[in-house]
Amino acid sequence: MSVTVAQEWLNSCSGCEIALVDMGERLLTVLDAVEFVHSPVLMDHKYFGQLGDGKHLEIPEAAVGLISGGIRNEEHAEVAEEMRKKCQTIIALGTCATHGGIPALVNSYTSQEVLDRYYSTETTDRPDHAPDQGVPPLLDRCYAIDEKIAVDLYLPGCPPHPDQVFLALTSLLEGKIPPLPGRSVCDFCPTVREGKGSVKKLRRFLQAPRYGAPDEPIDRMRCLLEQGFLCMGPVTRAGCGGDRLTPRCISARVPCRGCYGPVKQDGNPLLDMLNALASNGIDITSLPEHASLLRFAGGHGLLRPKRA
Amino acid sequence: MPRTITIQPITRIEGHAAIDIHLDDEGNVADSKVRIMALRGFEKFVEGKPAEELPRIVSRICGICPWQHHLASNKAVDRCFGVTPTRTGSMLRELMQTISHAEDKLLHFFFLAAPDFVMGPDADYGVRNVIGIVKTQPDLAKQVVRMRYLAKMILEKFSGKAIHPIAGVPGGFSKPLLEAERKEMISQVSELLEFALFSIGFAKKEIFPKYLDAVKSLGTIRTGFIGTVDREGALNLYDGMIRLMRPDGDYVDFDAQDYVSYIGEHVEPYSYAKFPYARCWNEGFSLDLDSPKGIYRSNCLARINAADKMATPRAQAELEEFREAFGRPAQATLLYHYARLIEEVYACEHALELLNDPDITSPEVRARVEPGAGTGVGCVEAPRGTLIHDYSTDANGLITRANLIVGTTHNIGPINMSVHQAAKSLISDGAITEGILNRIEMAVRAYDP
Repeated sequence: MSVTVAQEWLNSCSGCEIALVDMGERLLTVLDAVEFVHSPVLMDHKYFGQLGDGKHLEIPEAAVGLISGGIRNEEHAEVAEEMRKKCQTIIALGTCATHGGIPALVNSYTSQEVLDRYYSTETTDRPDHAPDQGVPPLLDRCYAIDEKIAVDLYLPGCPPHPDQVFLALTSLLEGKIPPLPGRSVCDFCPTVREGKGSVKKLRRFLQAPRYGAPDEPIDRMRCLLEQGFLCMGPVTRAGCGGDRLTPRCISARVPCRGCYGPVKQDGNPLLDMLNALASNGIDITSLPEHASLLRFAGGHGLLRPKRA
Repeated sequence: MPRTITIQPITRIEGHAAIDIHLDDEGNVADSKVRIMALRGFEKFVEGKPAEELPRIVSRICGICPWQHHLASNKAVDRCFGVTPTRTGSMLRELMQTISHAEDKLLHFFFLAAPDFVMGPDADYGVRNVIGIVKTQPDLAKQVVRMRYLAKMILEKFSGKAIHPIAGVPGGFSKPLLEAERKEMISQVSELLEFALFSIGFAKKEIFPKYLDAVKSLGTIRTGFIGTVDREGALNLYDGMIRLMRPDGDYVDFDAQDYVSYIGEHVEPYSYAKFPYARCWNEGFSLDLDSPKGIYRSNCLARINAADKMATPRAQAELEEFREAFGRPAQATLLYHYARLIEEVYACEHALELLNDPDITSPEVRARVEPGAGTGVGCVEAPRGTLIHDYSTDANGLITRANLIVGTTHNIGPINMSVHQAAKSLISDGAITEGILNRIEMAVRAYDP
């Protein structure tokens, strides 16, 4: 018998859903083994009945509920609660769901500040007031899913690698808990570390790292942090490389920015990174600003509006 | 008694939206609205961030077109910092973006839109989806899945990340292309081109003729169009002049840096997303079906209407056949699906052109960059339309101001009109069926990526 799945996306970009369909022919295996009962991106089940005459938002019962995106408005909250009610296991899919993700950078500002800017840009015919007819009111900030409903399983990543999505789904089909790497990006990074370097200040990523000839393999390139570039590898959960293991950004000779969220679910990448830098004698004032260190983990109250 | 039919959520599209159809006492359509439910506020929260980090932040506006946001952003930052990317850096950016276009069009056509045509608009919603396609056309489904995976793996293997890319950097690209990689890509992209030619042939033979009546009428409205063209007036997805065409085919070309003089954004109380319109036409904004004001469309149909020609031979042959049948500008909304497949052919052909340029493997991929104060507009064609990122930076290279016009939003006015047109022609005396409501949604799906 196939396993029923309900899928929802909230304050998100659809990247997690694209990762889901990016599994190649493994997607056909998954589609054969699961039965989607609700999935706005893939099928036409409607919240208020197929003729739109229902009174309440309804999602069918399912064994597994996949939710991507954080919770930013009243509709997101209502959908998340309905998913929790109807699904036996809730999976928070992607870093927006697990930690707020990039859209939670908005938590440095009040909703009013956001509306004021968005509806007054240089191309905008300024309205008397922000839209308020049939659009869901914004909450005070962008929440990770587990700030509003209980989550059974966390699958971070921006987006999660398709290899991991496949592994998670097939594990669940076999009734197993999917394995999640508990280590850091650095633990899987092949670059060369020579121990404490001479770096005292961090450089912005405005020039190429040194790596020798164009075809020099990644495992001969020196660690980007030791080259003086901010790299969030030490405080970021491993797994982004999928089955190939090598961290995705590093393989393009670009430093990590933390898209898999903190190594531990309740970690704080900003504090952990500043500690790591300071303990290596690197001047943390050489960073041009700090909020970006929480760019994937601004939920859970970690980013807040500045007090006037 | 007047009543409202609500279609929520609109499905098999990317994004959060709902349709309200208001019926009068007789059960005929009095009005309809498409509500866009999401507001994330990137324009605000990028303020204060180092500009060179923006290409890695704004990609999260859209998981379907992250390459386009990534590169429009890189182009804007290049200008803010006063740097010209190296030729090879620009070409590698364009190569990745072009392959991402090719992959996305397959996703949209076969996974999201095709169920309405292959399973039929009245099929039960339980099978009118990609799973239904997999069950009824297993060989085709397998081929589509394989081709998309091939394209995605080209992006991931060379550039590190296929979704939410990181390899475009101010000044160019993060790494050079090796000769062995180039050879492998040529063979992979040739396979994609073959499938693109198969796809358009399949659609012209098996799909469009069956639905020709619907293609000509469903959601059809009369508007202007926007797209990007090169110096010769040929369609370009990465760079060039923006061409804004009136419904009668007259057009003006302008530099993206001047977009504020040409495009305005109107706000309606039922949609968080704004409605871009042609401010330069000086006629205001109206969604009236009989006499719309300021309304133009974006995305593939708009691009092939705006362009004089296609820059590659097979795509040009397809365009000529298309124009022979539907004229220029073609207004029928479902022709977006046809135009999408013509662009698919172009994307594959153009990727091969780039790969065959000797400079593509030069190690000069990245120009040196210094942060500084400046203003710059970056523009590319996203699947859904002309994408504009406009930033200012302070002396330390931190963002002080950002304005974004996202491809999707150009079409929000036209989508409202197409939905209204479809609803009016399909609903009378209050009779509603699932098939009717799905046909109204098909008018939205045509505009999706």
